[in-house]
Amino acid sequence: MAKMIEIKNLQKSYQMGKNSLHVLKGIDFSAEEGELVAIMGSSGSGKSTLLNILGLLDVADTGEYHLDGKLIKNLNETKAAKYRNQFLGFIFQSFNLINYKNALENVTLPLYYQGMGRKERQKKAMKYLELVGLKDWAHHLPNELSGGQKQRVAIARAMAAEPKVILADELTGALDSTTSYEVMDVIQKINDQGNTILVVTHENDIAHMCKRIIYLKDGVIEEDKKIKQVRASEYVQ
Amino acid sequence: MFDIERWQEIFDTIRKNKLRTFLTGLSVASGIFILVILLGFGQGMQNGIAREFQQDAATSVWVWPGVTSKEFKGLNPGRRIQLRNENYTKSSELFKEEIEYKSPRIFVRDISVNYGNEALVYSVQGVSYQFQQIENCKMSEGRFINYSDEMTTAKVVVLGNKIKREVFGNVENPLGDFIDISGIPFKIIGFFHEQEEREEERIYIPITTAQRVFNGGDRINNMSFTLPPVENFDQAASQAIAFKEDLETYLKQAHTVAPDDTSALNVWSALEEAKRYYGLTGNIKFFFWFVGICTIIAGVVGVSNIMLIVVKERTREIGIRKALGAKPWSIVGMILHESIFVTAISGFAGLIFSMGLLEIIGPHVEVDYVVNPSVNFTVAISTVFVLILAGTIAGFFPAWRAARIHTIEALRDE
Repeated sequence: MAKMIEIKNLQKSYQMGKNSLHVLKGIDFSAEEGELVAIMGSSGSGKSTLLNILGLLDVADTGEYHLDGKLIKNLNETKAAKYRNQFLGFIFQSFNLINYKNALENVTLPLYYQGMGRKERQKKAMKYLELVGLKDWAHHLPNELSGGQKQRVAIARAMAAEPKVILADELTGALDSTTSYEVMDVIQKINDQGNTILVVTHENDIAHMCKRIIYLKDGVIEEDKKIKQVRASEYVQ
Repeated sequence: MFDIERWQEIFDTIRKNKLRTFLTGLSVASGIFILVILLGFGQGMQNGIAREFQQDAATSVWVWPGVTSKEFKGLNPGRRIQLRNENYTKSSELFKEEIEYKSPRIFVRDISVNYGNEALVYSVQGVSYQFQQIENCKMSEGRFINYSDEMTTAKVVVLGNKIKREVFGNVENPLGDFIDISGIPFKIIGFFHEQEEREEERIYIPITTAQRVFNGGDRINNMSFTLPPVENFDQAASQAIAFKEDLETYLKQAHTVAPDDTSALNVWSALEEAKRYYGLTGNIKFFFWFVGICTIIAGVVGVSNIMLIVVKERTREIGIRKALGAKPWSIVGMILHESIFVTAISGFAGLIFSMGLLEIIGPHVEVDYVVNPSVNFTVAISTVFVLILAGTIAGFFPAWRAARIHTIEALRDE
């Protein structure tokens, strides 16, 4: 299996006034294609920072990062934007849908930035909305959708660009447990299709729906274990 | 700019943010509207004043006597000055070089004018043949008094068009007909047209006839001159002022009037007056420009203010777009594209609306000193472009800053 993500000795510190806050103290980690990895840890453990660096939203101080075999180094904003657009899909805790665009338009947005034509991207977006079971809600605005539906739109949006890796930051953080399982069910299904997914979470049940859990503590990996996946479909009627 | 996808994206955003778009547009449109209307009225005032002075020859100088107000060389104040033929001929000789046309005038009083059985209540004035050029009156029929009429004290009259309408409305061909002035028949030789209607209520007869037939003696009521036209307005004005002063000096000496007596002799120069008014309209125009530019500045500030709010409001959206792969320049481009589009459309809307208003209302505006307010199209359109440009620059900085905000922070924005 090809390594989708490979990082070596990743370090990151933030300057807080005079004090320097060392958030990541040398992370070595790799993920292969088709993996579903949960990153766990208490708040302040550095899991969000790690995800931001992996998502090219932030830059590490030292260390190497290979994304799909490409060395990510000295990216300017434009280049980073291009890589994010082509290689990465994001799912956020607060959904981050554009509220004046309907579900379909939100899903087409990454495709718009890929330079795809209007007809084609609507067709493609519709395909992914169907995949997350929201075909009939395509023309609803985000505020007409429930939390779970919003997150499924966000998943469809992350999928639409057909990225190498999908990064999810507390994707169930704003949802009740039933809805969380529904969303995880969708995540598992798209993982079954071979997508590589990284999920940052602090919820144990969510983490156990992944195939591998990495525990972060104080900026280092405390534990990295493969687990037996709990299928979310068992909880979903 | 011609990327159709980008346009669709802009239209989507505009369609879904109607109020914001409308408010931005309104501030731009009203700015342009006010400016155009102001400039239009500035032009209208200039037109109006220019028109006031077109009625008579632009270079005319008029003299009419008054009453002395100062004691001078043993003569008491309160003495009425009477101009006489010799004043006229002497002035004409003295200023032969400067004068183009000249005419004395006498108001013939205590007379009755009749056409058949009909009494004509109009003023009868004795004038010289050059008075036509001085008054700038156009003959609509026949001719004006000529030199030989004057030499032969011909009993001829020239009537204004208003008299023709009122008295000769039913007469087939009044030219050659006669009217009676105090029992003496005068032959109608022409009708004239004037810009001002009240000046068409006059009956002109040769000055010589007026003096001899109606006991005028050598008295004249006023004198008028014109100076040859000069291309340069300032030069023409200074010549007119110099002539006016020289003429005044001569007349004061001839009538033994104190040099500083302002009421004994009135000499009025159209050019001097015009110069004053043009100076005034210049100032008014400047003022209107000033107000207009301030309005535009207010418009620009309004637009940039709205841009600032728009960008602030869209920070999170910008973060989302960036996370999804929008390049910084595409963010700047998107915001500017939208703002330029909105300013341009509303700017032109304001322009069209205000120019349409001037176009429709303008020709009907004929208040004193304001005639046909209109605006130079080039000026108006350049102000629109200035506004668009200023709006762009004003919008650029917040847009650029927004594009530079760290994506993570932008996403955290509530």
